[in-house]
Amino acid sequence: MPNSRILEISVGIFVAVGIAALLVLAVNVSNVSGFSAGSQYTITANFDDVSGLKPRSAVSIAGVTVGRVTSIVVDPETYEAVVAMTIDARFNDVPVDSSVGIYTAGLLGEKYVGIEPGGAPDVLEEGSVIRLTQSSIVLEKLISQFLFSQSDKKEE
Amino acid sequence: MFDWFAQLGRSAIDFFARLGSEVLLFLQAIAAFKALVFRPALIIQQLFSIGVRSMLIIIVSGFFVGMVLGLQGYNTLIDFGAEESLGVMVALSLVRELGPVVTALLYAGRAGSALTAEIGLMKATEQLSGLEMMAVNPVERILAPRLLAGIISMPLLAAMFSAVGVFGGYLVGVDMLGVDTGAYWSQMQARVDFEQDIIQGVIKSVVFGVVTTWIAVYEGYTCLPTSEGVSRSTTRTVVYSALAVLGLDFLLTALML
Repeated sequence: MPNSRILEISVGIFVAVGIAALLVLAVNVSNVSGFSAGSQYTITANFDDVSGLKPRSAVSIAGVTVGRVTSIVVDPETYEAVVAMTIDARFNDVPVDSSVGIYTAGLLGEKYVGIEPGGAPDVLEEGSVIRLTQSSIVLEKLISQFLFSQSDKKEE
Repeated sequence: MFDWFAQLGRSAIDFFARLGSEVLLFLQAIAAFKALVFRPALIIQQLFSIGVRSMLIIIVSGFFVGMVLGLQGYNTLIDFGAEESLGVMVALSLVRELGPVVTALLYAGRAGSALTAEIGLMKATEQLSGLEMMAVNPVERILAPRLLAGIISMPLLAAMFSAVGVFGGYLVGVDMLGVDTGAYWSQMQARVDFEQDIIQGVIKSVVFGVVTTWIAVYEGYTCLPTSEGVSRSTTRTVVYSALAVLGLDFLLTALML
């Protein structure tokens, strides 16, 4: 056994390296910055169809992530999907007439919510509801529409 | 006819008696943790021989496992034109599965077998009885600090393994095979979730730490006090630990996923 001073130092190094590795995993591998979120505000939007969108999906403006989807529920009366999302408070001057759409990152990528800023002087704030929405594109629906339009043409 | 039933009954009784004594000893060792607060030197000594001395093998293995993941993952993902996802693949497989599991297996081979042999030899040379004669409780003095040191070391070692592995994958994927640096890290950060993936890995490694250290300590404490008995217990430690780790890994994954 080495003397106790060297022993204590090496154990100290061991524990420090272990905790540093955990920190690397937390900060560098997963992104904890969304975890220690500062102030945020929540907005909602109603969509006809949100297929593919999940809680924790990204919300972005011009391709830059500004927030996350927090919950997706169905409105029991209108049968629309109500998507709640939190936006980082740094982006607090998004015009109230902005439109939101559900897009796909790449051909097979994940769905995300894109906000396209409008031009109104009023801005979105806690609890705002966005009116202008564009639903998620469902490939099967597109294909069936295409096929039907083809068959219609033939009949003419 | 009745002999057969007697034999069945005896083995069942033996099994439950062994299980009971194991659980009781485990509870005693856990209860002895609070006595260790006043004797940190004992834990530090064990942390040195269990944790510090396992560090090198864990870091080197982690590095190689990460590099292999980088190579294999790249060759598979390139077929789908998805080599940008290499970082996600490497990080998720390391953090969720390979980190805790491979670390636990290496740990059982490197530290567990040493623990069993050490305690077994103490028993064979009657040092444990000697302690008891001096009114020192061997559970408190020998078993508890080793168990606690194992439980502390394991998550730290697994974290080192995963972190080094991610860099190994980076070295192969980005520097050798030409995956984009930004894509490697950004996709990883976007897909690896702190609570879902990293905490899950830590929970797994803590459980494996308890189980492998406990098997090692118990096998040493209950081994036959002969040279053959010590060697048999050491073998059993490695075999039982490996089985327990792989079985529990399936169970924990099924529960947490």
